Amino acid sequence: MNKLDAKIPEGPLAEKWNQYKAAMKLVSPNNKKKLDIIVVGTGISGAPAAATLAELGYNVKSFCYQDTPRRAHSVAAQGGINAAKNYKNDGDSVYRLFYDMIKGGDYRAREANVYRAAEVSNAIIDQLTAQGVPFAREYGGTLANRTFGGVQVSRTFYAQGQTGQQVLLGGYSALKRQVAKGKVKMFSRRQMLDIVVVDGKARGIITRNLVTGEIERHVAHAVVLATGGYGTIYYLSTLAVNSNGSAAWQAYKKGAFFGNPSFVQIHPTCIPVLNEYQSKLTLMSESLRNDGRIWVPKAKGDKRNPNDIPDEERDYYLERRYPAFGNLVPRDVAARAAKERCDSGYGVGKTGLAVYLDFRDAVQKQGKKVIKGKYGNLFELYEKITGESPYETPMMIYPAGHYTMGGLWVDYNLMTTIPGLFAIGEANFSDHGANRLGASSLMQGAGDGYFILPNTISNYLADEIRTKLPSTDAQEFVDAENAAVERLNKFLNINGKQTVKSFHKRLGNIMWDYCGMKRNEEGLKKALKMIDDLQKEFWRDVKIPGKLDEINQELEKASRVADFFELAKLMVNDALNRKESCGAHFREESQTEGGEAQRIDDQYSYVAAWEYQGDDKPPKLHKEMLKFENVEVKVRSYK
Amino acid sequence: MKIKLRVWRQENSKAKGKFVKYELDGVDPEMSFLEMLDALNEKLIKEDKDPVAFENDCREGICGSCGLYINGYPHGKGNKIATCQLHMRVFKDGDTITIEPWRSQGFPVLKDLIVDRNAFDKIMSAGGFVSIDAGQAPDANSIWVPKENADKAFDAAACIGCGACVAACKNSSAMLFVAAKVSQLALLPQGKAEAKRRALNMVAKMDELGFGSCTNTGACEAECPKGISIENIARLNREYLSASFSEPE
Repeated sequence: MNKLDAKIPEGPLAEKWNQYKAAMKLVSPNNKKKLDIIVVGTGISGAPAAATLAELGYNVKSFCYQDTPRRAHSVAAQGGINAAKNYKNDGDSVYRLFYDMIKGGDYRAREANVYRAAEVSNAIIDQLTAQGVPFAREYGGTLANRTFGGVQVSRTFYAQGQTGQQVLLGGYSALKRQVAKGKVKMFSRRQMLDIVVVDGKARGIITRNLVTGEIERHVAHAVVLATGGYGTIYYLSTLAVNSNGSAAWQAYKKGAFFGNPSFVQIHPTCIPVLNEYQSKLTLMSESLRNDGRIWVPKAKGDKRNPNDIPDEERDYYLERRYPAFGNLVPRDVAARAAKERCDSGYGVGKTGLAVYLDFRDAVQKQGKKVIKGKYGNLFELYEKITGESPYETPMMIYPAGHYTMGGLWVDYNLMTTIPGLFAIGEANFSDHGANRLGASSLMQGAGDGYFILPNTISNYLADEIRTKLPSTDAQEFVDAENAAVERLNKFLNINGKQTVKSFHKRLGNIMWDYCGMKRNEEGLKKALKMIDDLQKEFWRDVKIPGKLDEINQELEKASRVADFFELAKLMVNDALNRKESCGAHFREESQTEGGEAQRIDDQYSYVAAWEYQGDDKPPKLHKEMLKFENVEVKVRSYK
Repeated sequence: MKIKLRVWRQENSKAKGKFVKYELDGVDPEMSFLEMLDALNEKLIKEDKDPVAFENDCREGICGSCGLYINGYPHGKGNKIATCQLHMRVFKDGDTITIEPWRSQGFPVLKDLIVDRNAFDKIMSAGGFVSIDAGQAPDANSIWVPKENADKAFDAAACIGCGACVAACKNSSAMLFVAAKVSQLALLPQGKAEAKRRALNMVAKMDELGFGSCTNTGACEAECPKGISIENIARLNREYLSASFSEPE
């Protein structure tokens, strides 16, 4: 069990991070110049990490699969970014933000990491504002805030419904500044194929140049993965269609433990599936629940125009079930409540798999102009896709796969179980427990990138200043490259009949049906068998046209989907192992009479960290027991 | 619906490209334009043909990856949308749709409909930032910004870097792209310290990379999926002029 030491510093919770920084090992400016760091991914965690490490003096190599780092999918985050500034004087504090996250995560996150995330949140807002991120402001010129789900204070900073874009572009601009200074070398249009481990330490990566097809070897003193989540395992999700879990998966197969893989956030307010061709589900920001009211008709199968249904015939089910938080309950609660209404036959729209999100009352009370100021671009986005105006008719929404709380297991240093391999942002498992609160992903990602990793990595690198980097001709690099090329050629040689997309879609359906919003033992076991069969069919019958040494988008997709089959099985195994319900992980066998999630703290108050044992062997479970010394573990109630 | 397509096919940056015609049956009006291309590619793969390479990612109009020249307009003729937000309901049964990559010296074609927009990254590196290291920032509320300025800065900052402005311009000018960034930072106190250097350097880099000059036709504004206003170009011109006439630093 020695391997699973979370390395949480001693001392009172509020002092841990300061004491850590005071005691950590440093690398002198002169030595930083001699150290190389690879950062994979350029989202809200990766771009700031690469920029900040370069500012500190390290030599950074930054990688992304897009044509430019500015397109990383953090760009699509809409609603906002949290901080404990207490600018509203409404009783907010670092402790309260920490407490909300621990409770929101249903007591399945590590106290010390969550407290630190809350602690650095204020500095992020300062940093972004100084970069010229145009956050919303009040008429007096001060910064504006709004409220998000699962909390009772206003601590969310925002830039209309494009906060992710603005926050990401801040990080991107910092990155571009370092590229100009020659401290960051940018490698865009690269797909990471493998991690290279030499003498037990992460020393590099193997990539494919997506334009020339060339396979490349890159060496460094440390490797940072900021590669995001794996929500596209459901095929339809709010993620970019090329988002994937492959980098984390390759790390897992090289020895990094995977934490809580089955913890996936299903976002309650997304544009529903409209047809069979659909390739993507668009998110409608949680911020809309500040003013929008969610309801379904009280009568089953009521096909009237929603505007013709009078109030007394509407079931505002969130306000009814959760009077204290109403429409602003956390995402997992809101998503399950929508599913419950639809499964019971009250759903609306063509498919019956949708509920209304209605702005009628808000428009009446505040006027169209005010509502437009708050949500104008979201309303436009909705209208572009559906052809209906939310000012006139209620939106129709339904839950969709969104964010993965699970990810690579990391210790307090954000280092995985492979020395020298770090994971930050959504790619790690660390801060959100079993459910993430809105506007805390940008916060955690940016916190990791700007303020946490740049400190903790020096603690590791201080012992590496005398290390001579291995040559890229070292056997480990040769082996990793050969294995990667062999795998790519294997795809090209199958020459079957079915497309990658058709397999991805079928895998997504299995995961959505059996390992989505609700899970049970029978379904999960069935899913394992189905995934296995589909995986075999894939390797027998997939068809990948084209060659290795050219732009080949089907080949890129194939290796991602091949990894998803393996990851899907780990997710299902993790969901099977955890027989309790907690946060987004809802085991039907473990619920209260009122249908709420029922935790089983005496058995499952741990992080499930899985170790790869080989393709044909079941993964090994390691448990990181969670200790709560600063909050009282309670039944999570929003009633 | 049945749709006829004329698609630009080009094997790589050195090869000579040409239009190839395809017919696609069973197009649903509810499909997005990219989902229609997905369907075409599924068909081509099954017929042992090379699928059409095109760039796309978020499919919700914010990442800026997709950019197709559709029937002579960047992102298709429509109001403030990226290609991924265009839906087949705007076309009719039997329509012929011509699809080309961005055409500009600054954006060489890599394959089929994919172009290299790396030039935008280079322009950004020339000055599209505020020089502040992590950890140096004062409290965010210590500098007040009038709401109107913050709102205008946001409108400029909404640029998604897709390159439609360049593709729409008869001179292949990147002025709207550069103006959006210069404006955003010129409107905010945080960007003032480097405003002069930023305007001069970004414009110089744009010229160096072979983008043409602006002749104020307004085509860029008309085709911008985010509705970035050419007022920003006027602001860039003011910034540039005042920087040119000021004392060298």
